[in-house]
Amino acid sequence: MKDKNELTADLLRGKLVRLCAMDSESISKFFVGWTHDSEYWRLMAATPPYPWSQEGVKKFIEKELQKDDPRNIFFVIRALEDDRVIGEIGFDGTSYSQGDTFVGIGIGERDYWGKGYGTDAMNIILRYVFTELNLQRVSLTVFEYNARAIRSYEKCGFRVEGRAREIIHREGRRWDIIFMGILQEEWQALNA
Amino acid sequence: MTTSFAIPLFEGDLVRLTPVDYDKDPEVVAAWTHNAEFMRMYSLQPVRPLTAAQVKKQFEQIDKDMDEGKRLFHFAIRSKEDDRLIGVARIEWIEWSNGTAFLKIGLPDPADRRKGCGGDVLRLLLRFAFREVNLHHLEVVLPEYNVPALRFFEKHGFTIEVRRRQAVNRGGRRWDLIHMAILRPEWEARNERQK
Amino acid sequence: MRDKNEMATNLLCGKNVKLTAQDMDQAARHYFQWSQDPEYMRSVEGEPPVPLSLKATKEVNERDWPEDDPDNIMFLIRTLQEDQIIGFANLDYISWHHGDSYMGIGIGDKAYRGKGYGTEAMNLLLRYAFTELNLHRISLTVFEYNQRAIHMYQKCGFKIEGMNRDYHYRDGRRWNLVCMGILREEWLNLNEYITP
Repeated sequence: MKDKNELTADLLRGKLVRLCAMDSESISKFFVGWTHDSEYWRLMAATPPYPWSQEGVKKFIEKELQKDDPRNIFFVIRALEDDRVIGEIGFDGTSYSQGDTFVGIGIGERDYWGKGYGTDAMNIILRYVFTELNLQRVSLTVFEYNARAIRSYEKCGFRVEGRAREIIHREGRRWDIIFMGILQEEWQALNA
Repeated sequence: MTTSFAIPLFEGDLVRLTPVDYDKDPEVVAAWTHNAEFMRMYSLQPVRPLTAAQVKKQFEQIDKDMDEGKRLFHFAIRSKEDDRLIGVARIEWIEWSNGTAFLKIGLPDPADRRKGCGGDVLRLLLRFAFREVNLHHLEVVLPEYNVPALRFFEKHGFTIEVRRRQAVNRGGRRWDLIHMAILRPEWEARNERQK
Repeated sequence: MRDKNEMATNLLCGKNVKLTAQDMDQAARHYFQWSQDPEYMRSVEGEPPVPLSLKATKEVNERDWPEDDPDNIMFLIRTLQEDQIIGFANLDYISWHHGDSYMGIGIGDKAYRGKGYGTEAMNLLLRYAFTELNLHRISLTVFEYNQRAIHMYQKCGFKIEGMNRDYHYRDGRRWNLVCMGILREEWLNLNEYITP
Protein backbone atom coordinates (compact mmCIF):
# COMPACT_ATOMS: atom_id res chain seq x y z
CA MET A 1 0.00 0.00 0.00
CA LYS A 2 1.79 3.13 -1.16
CA ASP A 3 -0.99 5.62 -0.79
CA LYS A 4 -4.68 5.83 -0.17
CA ASN A 5 -5.53 5.73 -3.84
CA GLU A 6 -4.43 2.14 -4.03
CA LEU A 7 -7.46 1.14 -2.02
CA THR A 8 -9.74 2.34 -4.74
CA ALA A 9 -7.57 1.13 -7.63
CA ASP A 10 -8.92 -1.72 -9.71
CA LEU A 11 -7.83 -4.70 -7.67
CA LEU A 12 -8.63 -7.21 -10.40
CA ARG A 13 -6.78 -5.52 -13.28
CA GLY A 14 -3.14 -6.15 -14.14
CA LYS A 15 -0.80 -5.07 -16.94
CA LEU A 16 -1.95 -7.61 -19.53
CA VAL A 17 -5.12 -9.15 -18.18
CA ARG A 18 -8.10 -8.62 -15.94
CA LEU A 19 -10.07 -11.10 -13.86
CA CYS A 20 -13.83 -11.27 -14.40
CA ALA A 21 -16.85 -13.15 -13.19
CA MET A 22 -17.56 -16.65 -14.49
CA ASP A 23 -20.60 -16.10 -16.65
CA SER A 24 -21.56 -19.62 -17.67
CA GLU A 25 -23.55 -18.46 -20.69
CA SER A 26 -20.81 -16.52 -22.44
CA ILE A 27 -17.71 -18.45 -21.41
CA SER A 28 -18.70 -22.09 -21.62
CA LYS A 29 -17.76 -22.29 -25.32
CA PHE A 30 -14.18 -21.30 -24.50
CA PHE A 31 -13.94 -23.90 -21.76
CA VAL A 32 -15.29 -26.56 -24.09
CA GLY A 33 -12.50 -25.83 -26.56
CA TRP A 34 -9.90 -26.13 -23.83
CA THR A 35 -11.22 -29.48 -22.57
CA HIS A 36 -10.75 -30.82 -26.09
CA ASP A 37 -7.05 -29.88 -25.89
CA SER A 38 -5.55 -32.90 -24.12
CA GLU A 39 -2.16 -31.22 -23.65
CA TYR A 40 -3.82 -28.36 -21.77
CA TRP A 41 -5.79 -30.79 -19.63
CA ARG A 42 -2.73 -32.87 -18.79
CA LEU A 43 -0.91 -29.74 -17.65
CA MET A 44 -3.88 -28.69 -15.53
CA ALA A 45 -5.39 -31.78 -13.97
CA ALA A 46 -4.46 -35.19 -12.60
CA THR A 47 -7.64 -36.80 -13.90
CA PRO A 48 -7.72 -38.30 -17.41
CA PRO A 49 -8.65 -35.79 -20.12
CA TYR A 50 -12.24 -35.93 -21.27
CA PRO A 51 -13.77 -33.72 -23.96
CA TRP A 52 -16.78 -32.04 -22.41
CA SER A 53 -19.94 -30.84 -24.14
CA GLN A 54 -21.01 -27.22 -23.93
CA GLU A 55 -24.11 -28.19 -21.97
CA GLY A 56 -21.98 -30.18 -19.54
CA VAL A 57 -19.55 -27.32 -18.95
CA LYS A 58 -22.39 -24.86 -18.49
CA LYS A 59 -24.09 -27.04 -15.92
CA PHE A 60 -20.81 -27.65 -14.11
CA ILE A 61 -20.02 -23.94 -13.84
CA GLU A 62 -23.56 -23.12 -12.74
CA LYS A 63 -23.42 -25.77 -10.06
CA GLU A 64 -20.13 -24.40 -8.75
CA LEU A 65 -21.42 -20.83 -8.76
CA GLN A 66 -24.60 -21.85 -7.03
CA LYS A 67 -22.66 -23.16 -4.05
CA ASP A 68 -21.47 -19.59 -3.46
CA ASP A 69 -18.77 -21.03 -1.23
CA PRO A 70 -16.32 -18.40 0.03
CA ARG A 71 -13.66 -21.12 0.20
CA ASN A 72 -13.74 -21.58 -3.57
CA ILE A 73 -13.55 -18.51 -5.79
CA PHE A 74 -13.01 -18.62 -9.55
CA PHE A 75 -12.42 -16.00 -12.23
CA VAL A 76 -12.03 -15.94 -15.98
CA ILE A 77 -8.94 -14.25 -17.35
CA ARG A 78 -9.48 -11.74 -20.16
CA ALA A 79 -6.68 -10.11 -22.17
CA LEU A 80 -6.78 -6.35 -21.75
CA GLU A 81 -5.91 -5.66 -25.41
CA ASP A 82 -8.97 -7.36 -26.95
CA ASP A 83 -11.04 -8.46 -23.93
CA ARG A 84 -10.76 -12.06 -25.14
CA VAL A 85 -11.39 -14.88 -22.67
CA ILE A 86 -8.01 -16.63 -22.50
CA GLY A 87 -8.02 -18.68 -19.31
CA GLU A 88 -9.20 -19.42 -15.81
CA ILE A 89 -7.82 -18.80 -12.34
CA GLY A 90 -9.13 -19.39 -8.86
CA PHE A 91 -8.51 -20.90 -5.50
CA ASP A 92 -10.13 -23.61 -3.48
CA GLY A 93 -9.86 -25.40 -0.18
CA THR A 94 -9.31 -22.07 1.55
CA SER A 95 -8.95 -22.29 5.30
CA TYR A 96 -9.70 -18.89 6.76
CA SER A 97 -8.69 -19.93 10.26
CA GLN A 98 -5.31 -21.27 9.08
CA GLY A 99 -4.91 -18.53 6.48
CA ASP A 100 -3.99 -20.89 3.63
CA THR A 101 -5.44 -21.55 0.18
CA PHE A 102 -4.62 -23.46 -3.01
CA VAL A 103 -4.46 -21.50 -6.25
CA GLY A 104 -4.96 -22.97 -9.72
CA ILE A 105 -4.45 -21.30 -13.08
CA GLY A 106 -4.72 -22.23 -16.74
CA ILE A 107 -4.28 -20.27 -19.96
CA GLY A 108 -6.49 -22.21 -22.35
CA GLU A 109 -5.81 -20.12 -25.47
CA ARG A 110 -2.54 -21.36 -26.94
CA ASP A 111 -1.76 -18.03 -28.68
CA TYR A 112 -1.30 -16.55 -25.24
CA TRP A 113 1.13 -19.13 -23.89
CA GLY A 114 4.60 -18.08 -22.82
CA LYS A 115 3.95 -14.35 -23.08
CA GLY A 116 3.48 -13.36 -19.47
CA TYR A 117 -0.33 -13.43 -19.38
CA GLY A 118 -0.45 -16.20 -16.80
CA THR A 119 2.19 -14.56 -14.62
CA ASP A 120 0.22 -11.32 -14.72
CA ALA A 121 -3.00 -13.12 -13.70
CA MET A 122 -1.17 -14.88 -10.86
CA ASN A 123 0.18 -11.57 -9.60
CA ILE A 124 -3.37 -10.17 -9.52
CA ILE A 125 -4.57 -13.19 -7.55
CA LEU A 126 -1.73 -12.88 -5.05
CA ARG A 127 -2.59 -9.23 -4.48
CA TYR A 128 -6.24 -10.22 -4.06
CA VAL A 129 -5.45 -13.01 -1.60
CA PHE A 130 -2.94 -11.02 0.48
CA THR A 131 -4.59 -7.59 0.54
CA GLU A 132 -8.30 -8.36 0.26
CA LEU A 133 -8.79 -11.82 1.78
CA ASN A 134 -5.81 -11.25 4.11
CA LEU A 135 -4.58 -14.83 4.08
CA GLN A 136 -1.14 -15.78 5.40
CA ARG A 137 0.07 -17.92 2.53
CA VAL A 138 -0.82 -19.39 -0.85
CA SER A 139 -0.06 -22.96 -1.88
CA LEU A 140 -0.05 -24.61 -5.27
CA THR A 141 0.89 -27.90 -6.87
CA VAL A 142 2.40 -28.33 -10.32
CA PHE A 143 3.43 -31.42 -12.29
CA GLU A 144 7.16 -31.78 -12.74
CA TYR A 145 6.83 -31.87 -16.53
CA ASN A 146 5.26 -28.39 -16.60
CA ALA A 147 8.50 -26.38 -16.66
CA ARG A 148 6.86 -23.28 -18.13
CA ALA A 149 4.45 -23.04 -15.21
CA ILE A 150 7.16 -23.61 -12.61
CA ARG A 151 9.19 -20.73 -14.09
CA SER A 152 6.15 -18.47 -14.00
CA TYR A 153 5.38 -19.35 -10.36
CA GLU A 154 8.99 -18.72 -9.35
CA LYS A 155 8.79 -15.32 -11.03
CA CYS A 156 5.77 -14.51 -8.85
CA GLY A 157 7.76 -15.42 -5.75
CA PHE A 158 6.64 -18.99 -5.06
CA ARG A 159 9.23 -21.30 -3.51
CA VAL A 160 9.46 -25.06 -3.85
CA GLU A 161 8.39 -26.68 -0.56
CA GLY A 162 8.73 -30.30 -1.55
CA ARG A 163 7.75 -32.95 -4.03
CA ALA A 164 5.28 -35.79 -3.72
CA ARG A 165 6.97 -38.65 -5.52
CA GLU A 166 5.49 -40.57 -8.45
CA ILE A 167 2.02 -39.09 -8.10
CA ILE A 168 1.09 -38.83 -11.76
CA HIS A 169 0.94 -41.93 -13.95
CA ARG A 170 1.03 -40.88 -17.59
CA GLU A 171 2.59 -42.04 -20.82
CA GLY A 172 3.83 -45.17 -19.13
CA ARG A 173 5.84 -43.56 -16.39
CA ARG A 174 5.42 -41.81 -13.10
CA TRP A 175 6.00 -38.13 -12.43
CA ASP A 176 6.30 -36.08 -9.25
CA ILE A 177 4.05 -33.27 -8.13
CA ILE A 178 5.90 -30.22 -6.91
CA PHE A 179 4.46 -28.25 -4.00
CA MET A 180 5.13 -24.52 -3.97
CA GLY A 181 4.17 -21.81 -1.53
CA ILE A 182 4.51 -18.10 -0.87
CA LEU A 183 4.08 -16.34 2.47
CA GLN A 184 2.42 -13.00 2.89
CA GLU A 185 5.62 -11.35 4.12
CA GLU A 186 7.59 -12.71 1.16
CA TRP A 187 5.03 -11.29 -1.22
CA GLN A 188 5.08 -7.95 0.59
CA ALA A 189 8.88 -7.77 0.40
CA LEU A 190 8.73 -8.49 -3.34
CA ASN A 191 6.02 -5.91 -3.97
CA ALA A 192 7.09 -3.14 -1.60
CA MET B 1 -3.21 -74.63 -0.73
CA THR B 2 -4.19 -71.48 1.09
CA THR B 3 -4.19 -68.42 -1.07
CA SER B 4 -3.47 -64.89 0.11
CA PHE B 5 -7.18 -64.26 -0.38
CA ALA B 6 -7.70 -66.07 2.87
CA ILE B 7 -5.94 -63.31 4.80
CA PRO B 8 -8.68 -61.23 6.40
CA LEU B 9 -8.49 -57.65 5.14
CA PHE B 10 -10.32 -55.95 7.95
CA GLU B 11 -9.26 -57.94 10.98
CA GLY B 12 -5.97 -57.35 12.79
CA ASP B 13 -4.53 -58.67 16.03
CA LEU B 14 -6.19 -56.02 18.19
CA VAL B 15 -8.69 -54.21 16.00
CA ARG B 16 -11.34 -54.64 13.38
CA LEU B 17 -12.19 -52.16 10.59
CA THR B 18 -15.97 -51.90 10.35
CA PRO B 19 -18.77 -49.69 9.03
CA VAL B 20 -20.17 -47.01 11.32
CA ASP B 21 -23.04 -47.94 13.61
CA TYR B 22 -25.82 -45.34 13.49
CA ASP B 23 -27.20 -46.36 16.88
CA LYS B 24 -24.15 -46.78 19.04
CA ASP B 25 -21.41 -44.64 17.49
CA PRO B 26 -22.79 -41.07 17.40
CA GLU B 27 -22.58 -40.57 21.19
CA VAL B 28 -18.97 -41.73 21.21
CA VAL B 29 -17.92 -39.59 18.25
CA ALA B 30 -19.73 -36.56 19.72
CA ALA B 31 -17.59 -36.98 22.83
CA TRP B 32 -14.43 -37.01 20.65
CA THR B 33 -15.42 -33.69 19.11
CA HIS B 34 -15.44 -32.22 22.61
CA ASN B 35 -11.87 -33.42 23.11
CA ALA B 36 -10.02 -30.48 21.61
CA GLU B 37 -6.65 -32.01 22.32
CA PHE B 38 -7.48 -34.92 20.03
CA MET B 39 -9.28 -32.83 17.42
CA ARG B 40 -6.32 -30.50 17.01
CA MET B 41 -4.13 -33.48 16.26
CA TYR B 42 -6.69 -35.09 13.97
CA SER B 43 -8.07 -32.22 11.92
CA LEU B 44 -7.12 -28.79 10.57
CA GLN B 45 -10.70 -27.56 10.75
CA PRO B 46 -11.38 -25.29 13.70
CA VAL B 47 -12.39 -27.42 16.68
CA ARG B 48 -16.15 -27.51 16.97
CA PRO B 49 -18.05 -29.72 19.37
CA LEU B 50 -20.96 -31.63 17.87
CA THR B 51 -24.05 -33.32 19.25
CA ALA B 52 -24.83 -36.96 18.55
CA ALA B 53 -27.58 -35.83 16.17
CA GLN B 54 -25.08 -33.79 14.14
CA VAL B 55 -22.67 -36.74 14.05
CA LYS B 56 -25.45 -38.93 12.71
CA LYS B 57 -25.97 -36.46 9.88
CA GLN B 58 -22.25 -36.64 9.13
CA PHE B 59 -22.49 -40.43 8.98
CA GLU B 60 -25.24 -40.12 6.38
CA GLN B 61 -23.02 -37.82 4.33
CA ILE B 62 -20.08 -40.22 4.64
CA ASP B 63 -22.17 -43.16 3.43
CA LYS B 64 -23.43 -41.06 0.54
CA ASP B 65 -19.91 -39.94 -0.39
CA MET B 66 -18.59 -43.50 -0.31
CA ASP B 67 -21.42 -44.79 -2.45
CA GLU B 68 -21.68 -41.95 -4.97
CA GLY B 69 -18.22 -40.40 -5.00
CA LYS B 70 -16.30 -43.68 -4.97
CA ARG B 71 -13.18 -41.95 -3.73
CA LEU B 72 -13.45 -42.73 -0.03
CA PHE B 73 -13.21 -45.63 2.40
CA HIS B 74 -14.28 -44.70 5.92
CA PHE B 75 -13.87 -47.27 8.70
CA ALA B 76 -14.92 -47.29 12.31
CA ILE B 77 -12.13 -48.94 14.31
CA ARG B 78 -13.30 -51.35 17.00
CA SER B 79 -11.20 -53.17 19.55
CA LYS B 80 -11.52 -56.92 19.18
CA GLU B 81 -11.33 -57.39 22.93
CA ASP B 82 -14.58 -55.62 23.78
CA ASP B 83 -16.03 -54.42 20.44
CA ARG B 84 -15.64 -50.83 21.65
CA LEU B 85 -15.45 -48.00 19.07
CA ILE B 86 -11.89 -46.71 19.50
CA GLY B 87 -11.19 -44.62 16.43
CA VAL B 88 -11.55 -43.79 12.77
CA ALA B 89 -9.50 -44.73 9.71
CA ARG B 90 -9.92 -43.28 6.24
CA ILE B 91 -8.52 -43.61 2.76
CA GLU B 92 -9.70 -40.48 1.02
CA TRP B 93 -9.29 -38.34 -2.12
CA ILE B 94 -8.51 -41.40 -4.21
CA GLU B 95 -7.27 -40.54 -7.70
CA TRP B 96 -7.95 -43.74 -9.60
CA SER B 97 -5.98 -43.19 -12.79
CA ASN B 98 -2.83 -42.29 -10.88
CA GLY B 99 -3.29 -44.63 -7.95
CA THR B 100 -2.92 -42.00 -5.25
CA ALA B 101 -4.82 -41.24 -2.05
CA PHE B 102 -4.59 -39.70 1.40
CA LEU B 103 -4.78 -41.58 4.65
CA LYS B 104 -6.10 -40.58 8.03
CA ILE B 105 -6.12 -42.39 11.36
CA GLY B 106 -7.59 -41.11 14.61
CA LEU B 107 -7.31 -42.94 17.92
CA PRO B 108 -8.47 -40.53 20.62
CA ASP B 109 -7.61 -42.60 23.70
CA PRO B 110 -3.86 -42.67 24.49
CA ALA B 111 -4.34 -46.01 26.23
CA ASP B 112 -5.43 -47.60 22.93
CA ARG B 113 -2.40 -46.09 21.20
CA ARG B 114 -0.06 -47.46 23.84
CA LYS B 115 -1.46 -50.94 23.30
CA GLY B 116 -0.31 -50.82 19.70
CA CYS B 117 -3.71 -50.36 18.07
CA GLY B 118 -2.27 -47.68 15.75
CA GLY B 119 0.28 -50.04 14.24
CA ASP B 120 -2.38 -52.69 13.81
CA VAL B 121 -4.71 -50.25 12.03
CA LEU B 122 -1.95 -48.97 9.76
CA ARG B 123 -0.93 -52.50 8.75
CA LEU B 124 -4.51 -53.26 7.74
CA LEU B 125 -4.97 -49.98 5.91
CA LEU B 126 -1.73 -50.25 3.94
CA ARG B 127 -2.43 -53.83 2.98
CA PHE B 128 -5.93 -52.88 1.85
CA ALA B 129 -4.67 -49.82 -0.04
CA PHE B 130 -1.83 -51.57 -1.88
CA ARG B 131 -3.14 -55.10 -2.36
CA GLU B 132 -6.86 -54.53 -2.88
CA VAL B 133 -7.43 -50.90 -3.96
CA ASN B 134 -4.13 -51.11 -5.90
CA LEU B 135 -2.83 -47.68 -5.00
CA HIS B 136 0.74 -46.56 -5.63
CA HIS B 137 1.24 -43.48 -3.43
CA LEU B 138 -0.35 -43.04 -0.03
CA GLU B 139 0.03 -39.71 1.70
CA VAL B 140 -0.63 -38.38 5.18
CA VAL B 141 -0.70 -34.69 6.14
CA LEU B 142 0.35 -33.72 9.65
CA PRO B 143 0.98 -30.45 11.48
CA GLU B 144 4.55 -30.30 12.82
CA TYR B 145 3.32 -30.20 16.43
CA ASN B 146 1.91 -33.71 16.11
CA VAL B 147 5.28 -35.24 16.92
CA PRO B 148 4.01 -38.68 18.01
CA ALA B 149 2.21 -39.16 14.68
CA LEU B 150 5.23 -37.97 12.68
CA ARG B 151 7.40 -40.53 14.50
CA PHE B 152 4.76 -43.21 14.11
CA PHE B 153 4.51 -42.86 10.34
CA GLU B 154 8.28 -42.56 9.97
CA LYS B 155 8.69 -45.79 11.90
CA HIS B 156 6.29 -47.46 9.49
CA GLY B 157 8.18 -46.46 6.39
CA PHE B 158 6.72 -43.08 5.45
CA THR B 159 9.06 -40.37 4.10
CA ILE B 160 8.67 -36.62 4.45
CA GLU B 161 8.01 -35.21 0.98
CA VAL B 162 6.70 -31.71 1.49
CA ARG B 163 6.92 -29.10 4.20
CA ARG B 164 4.37 -26.35 3.63
CA ARG B 165 5.80 -23.50 5.64
CA GLN B 166 3.58 -21.89 8.29
CA ALA B 167 0.41 -23.40 6.82
CA VAL B 168 -1.10 -24.01 10.26
CA ASN B 169 -2.01 -21.23 12.64
CA ARG B 170 -2.86 -22.55 16.06
CA GLY B 171 -2.23 -22.00 19.73
CA GLY B 172 -0.92 -18.50 19.11
CA ARG B 173 1.70 -19.34 16.49
CA ARG B 174 2.26 -20.70 13.03
CA TRP B 175 3.45 -24.20 12.30
CA ASP B 176 4.58 -26.05 9.19
CA LEU B 177 2.35 -28.63 7.60
CA ILE B 178 4.16 -31.82 6.73
CA HIS B 179 3.22 -34.27 3.98
CA MET B 180 4.56 -37.80 4.39
CA ALA B 181 4.08 -40.67 1.97
CA ILE B 182 4.86 -44.29 1.26
CA LEU B 183 5.06 -45.86 -2.20
CA ARG B 184 3.82 -49.33 -2.91
CA PRO B 185 7.32 -50.68 -3.82
CA GLU B 186 8.66 -49.30 -0.53
CA TRP B 187 5.89 -51.05 1.36
CA GLU B 188 6.48 -54.31 -0.55
CA ALA B 189 10.21 -54.16 0.23
CA ARG B 190 9.55 -53.64 3.94
CA ASN B 191 7.19 -56.61 3.93
CA GLU B 192 9.83 -58.80 2.31
CA ARG B 193 12.40 -57.78 4.90
CA GLN B 194 10.02 -58.51 7.74
CA LYS B 195 9.28 -62.04 6.55
CA MET C 1 2.51 -21.10 23.98
CA ARG C 2 5.86 -22.05 25.43
CA ASP C 3 6.40 -25.41 23.81
CA LYS C 4 4.80 -27.94 21.55
CA ASN C 5 3.16 -29.78 24.39
CA GLU C 6 0.80 -26.92 24.95
CA MET C 7 -1.01 -28.00 21.81
CA ALA C 8 -1.95 -30.95 23.94
CA THR C 9 -4.52 -29.15 26.07
CA ASN C 10 -8.24 -29.36 25.69
CA LEU C 11 -8.96 -25.78 24.77
CA LEU C 12 -12.67 -26.23 25.37
CA CYS C 13 -12.17 -27.16 29.02
CA GLY C 14 -11.47 -24.90 31.98
CA LYS C 15 -11.26 -25.65 35.68
CA ASN C 16 -14.98 -25.42 36.42
CA VAL C 17 -16.71 -25.07 33.06
CA LYS C 18 -16.47 -26.32 29.51
CA LEU C 19 -17.73 -25.19 26.13
CA THR C 20 -19.89 -27.87 24.55
CA ALA C 21 -21.98 -28.55 21.46
CA GLN C 22 -25.04 -26.57 20.63
CA ASP C 23 -27.64 -29.19 21.45
CA MET C 24 -30.83 -27.70 20.01
CA ASP C 25 -33.26 -29.56 22.27
CA GLN C 26 -31.33 -28.89 25.45
CA ALA C 27 -30.64 -25.29 24.45
CA ALA C 28 -34.31 -24.57 23.78
CA ARG C 29 -35.38 -26.02 27.11
CA HIS C 30 -32.86 -23.95 29.03
CA TYR C 31 -33.38 -20.72 27.08
CA PHE C 32 -37.08 -21.11 27.68
CA GLN C 33 -36.51 -21.42 31.39
CA TRP C 34 -34.05 -18.51 31.53
CA SER C 35 -36.39 -16.31 29.50
CA GLN C 36 -38.76 -16.26 32.49
CA ASP C 37 -36.14 -14.27 34.40
CA PRO C 38 -36.50 -10.58 33.48
CA GLU C 39 -33.18 -9.63 35.06
CA TYR C 40 -31.39 -12.09 32.79
CA MET C 41 -33.39 -11.06 29.74
CA ARG C 42 -32.63 -7.40 30.34
CA SER C 43 -28.94 -8.14 30.49
CA VAL C 44 -28.76 -10.11 27.24
CA GLU C 45 -31.61 -8.70 25.14
CA GLY C 46 -32.10 -5.13 23.96
CA GLU C 47 -35.72 -5.65 23.02
CA PRO C 48 -38.48 -6.15 25.60
CA PRO C 49 -38.63 -9.84 26.50
CA VAL C 50 -41.36 -11.64 24.55
CA PRO C 51 -42.94 -14.61 26.34
CA LEU C 52 -42.25 -17.18 23.62
CA SER C 53 -43.41 -20.76 23.99
CA LEU C 54 -40.87 -23.56 24.23
CA LYS C 55 -41.71 -24.57 20.65
CA ALA C 56 -41.17 -21.05 19.33
CA THR C 57 -37.97 -20.70 21.33
CA LYS C 58 -36.59 -23.75 19.60
CA GLU C 59 -37.65 -22.52 16.16
CA VAL C 60 -36.08 -19.12 16.75
CA ASN C 61 -32.85 -20.77 17.90
CA GLU C 62 -32.76 -22.99 14.85
CA ARG C 63 -33.31 -20.01 12.60
CA ASP C 64 -30.82 -17.70 14.29
CA TRP C 65 -28.20 -20.31 15.17
CA PRO C 66 -28.03 -22.86 12.38
CA GLU C 67 -25.76 -25.49 13.84
CA ASP C 68 -23.47 -25.92 10.83
CA ASP C 69 -22.87 -22.23 10.13
CA PRO C 70 -19.11 -21.55 10.09
CA ASP C 71 -19.63 -17.82 10.69
CA ASN C 72 -21.74 -18.22 13.83
CA ILE C 73 -20.41 -20.45 16.54
CA MET C 74 -22.55 -21.15 19.57
CA PHE C 75 -21.47 -23.12 22.61
CA LEU C 76 -23.43 -24.27 25.60
CA ILE C 77 -21.56 -23.64 28.84
CA ARG C 78 -21.65 -26.67 31.12
CA THR C 79 -20.17 -27.21 34.54
CA LEU C 80 -17.31 -29.63 34.49
CA GLN C 81 -18.44 -31.55 37.56
CA GLU C 82 -22.17 -32.04 37.13
CA ASP C 83 -22.30 -31.52 33.35
CA GLN C 84 -25.08 -29.02 33.97
CA ILE C 85 -25.97 -26.42 31.31
CA ILE C 86 -25.64 -22.98 32.92
CA GLY C 87 -25.38 -20.60 29.97
CA PHE C 88 -24.19 -19.89 26.46
CA ALA C 89 -21.19 -18.28 24.82
CA ASN C 90 -21.03 -17.47 21.16
CA LEU C 91 -19.15 -15.80 18.33
CA ASP C 92 -21.32 -14.26 15.67
CA TYR C 93 -20.87 -12.43 12.42
CA ILE C 94 -17.29 -13.65 12.13
CA SER C 95 -15.59 -11.64 9.42
CA TRP C 96 -12.78 -13.93 8.31
CA HIS C 97 -11.09 -11.48 5.99
CA HIS C 98 -10.83 -8.80 8.63
CA GLY C 99 -10.38 -11.17 11.53
CA ASP C 100 -13.16 -9.65 13.63
CA SER C 101 -16.13 -11.16 15.39
CA TYR C 102 -18.81 -10.15 17.84
CA MET C 103 -19.26 -12.26 20.92
CA GLY C 104 -21.98 -12.84 23.45
CA ILE C 105 -22.20 -14.63 26.74
CA GLY C 106 -24.93 -15.29 29.26
CA ILE C 107 -25.10 -17.25 32.48
CA GLY C 108 -28.78 -18.13 32.55
CA ASP C 109 -28.74 -20.17 35.71
CA LYS C 110 -28.97 -17.71 38.61
CA ALA C 111 -27.21 -20.01 41.02
CA TYR C 112 -24.02 -19.74 38.97
CA ARG C 113 -23.85 -15.96 38.61
CA GLY C 114 -21.17 -13.87 40.30
CA LYS C 115 -18.97 -16.87 41.06
CA GLY C 116 -16.44 -16.67 38.27
CA TYR C 117 -18.10 -19.18 35.94
CA GLY C 118 -18.82 -16.49 33.36
CA THR C 119 -15.28 -15.13 33.49
CA GLU C 120 -13.86 -18.59 33.00
CA ALA C 121 -16.17 -19.34 30.07
CA MET C 122 -15.29 -15.97 28.60
CA ASN C 123 -11.58 -16.76 28.74
CA LEU C 124 -12.19 -20.14 27.09
CA LEU C 125 -14.11 -18.42 24.32
CA LEU C 126 -11.34 -15.85 23.83
CA ARG C 127 -8.66 -18.53 23.74
CA TYR C 128 -10.72 -20.38 21.13
CA ALA C 129 -11.18 -17.23 19.07
CA PHE C 130 -7.54 -16.12 19.23
CA THR C 131 -5.60 -19.39 19.17
CA GLU C 132 -7.86 -21.67 17.15
CA LEU C 133 -9.80 -19.39 14.81
CA ASN C 134 -6.93 -16.87 14.79
CA LEU C 135 -9.14 -13.81 14.77
CA HIS C 136 -7.49 -10.42 15.19
CA ARG C 137 -10.04 -8.79 17.47
CA ILE C 138 -13.27 -9.50 19.34
CA SER C 139 -16.00 -6.92 19.69
CA LEU C 140 -18.94 -6.80 22.04
CA THR C 141 -21.64 -4.43 23.13
CA VAL C 142 -23.03 -4.23 26.63
CA PHE C 143 -25.78 -2.20 28.25
CA GLU C 144 -24.55 0.67 30.41
CA TYR C 145 -26.56 -0.49 33.40
CA ASN C 146 -24.91 -3.89 33.36
CA GLN C 147 -21.89 -2.76 35.35
CA ARG C 148 -21.10 -6.24 36.60
CA ALA C 149 -20.65 -7.45 33.04
CA ILE C 150 -18.57 -4.41 32.05
CA HIS C 151 -16.30 -5.05 35.00
CA MET C 152 -15.95 -8.71 34.02
CA TYR C 153 -15.12 -7.86 30.41
CA GLN C 154 -12.47 -5.41 31.60
CA LYS C 155 -11.01 -8.10 33.81
CA CYS C 156 -10.68 -10.29 30.72
CA GLY C 157 -8.83 -7.53 28.91
CA PHE C 158 -11.56 -5.71 26.99
CA LYS C 159 -11.32 -1.95 26.59
CA ILE C 160 -14.18 0.49 26.16
CA GLU C 161 -13.92 1.79 22.61
CA GLY C 162 -16.93 4.07 22.55
CA MET C 163 -20.62 4.52 23.26
CA ASN C 164 -23.80 4.66 21.30
CA ARG C 165 -25.44 7.44 23.29
CA ASP C 166 -28.99 7.11 24.62
CA TYR C 167 -29.37 3.78 22.91
CA HIS C 168 -31.87 2.10 25.23
CA TYR C 169 -34.92 3.41 26.98
CA ARG C 170 -35.54 1.37 30.08
CA ASP C 171 -37.03 2.03 33.49
CA GLY C 172 -37.93 5.55 32.50
CA ARG C 173 -34.52 6.71 31.34
CA ARG C 174 -32.08 6.42 28.49
CA TRP C 175 -28.90 4.37 28.63
CA ASN C 176 -25.83 4.24 26.50
CA LEU C 177 -24.72 1.14 24.65
CA VAL C 178 -21.09 0.50 25.56
CA CYS C 179 -18.86 -0.79 22.75
CA MET C 180 -15.88 -2.83 23.88
CA GLY C 181 -13.08 -4.66 22.10
CA ILE C 182 -9.93 -6.67 22.65
CA LEU C 183 -7.06 -7.23 20.22
CA ARG C 184 -5.30 -10.55 19.77
CA GLU C 185 -1.90 -9.29 20.93
CA GLU C 186 -3.45 -7.74 24.04
CA TRP C 187 -5.00 -11.06 24.93
CA LEU C 188 -1.83 -13.02 24.14
CA ASN C 189 0.20 -10.68 26.37
CA LEU C 190 -2.27 -10.93 29.22
CA ASN C 191 -2.20 -14.70 28.99
CA GLU C 192 1.52 -15.04 28.45
CA TYR C 193 1.20 -16.53 25.02
CA ILE C 194 4.27 -15.90 22.91
CA THR C 195 3.90 -15.40 19.20
CA PRO C 196 6.88 -16.22 16.99
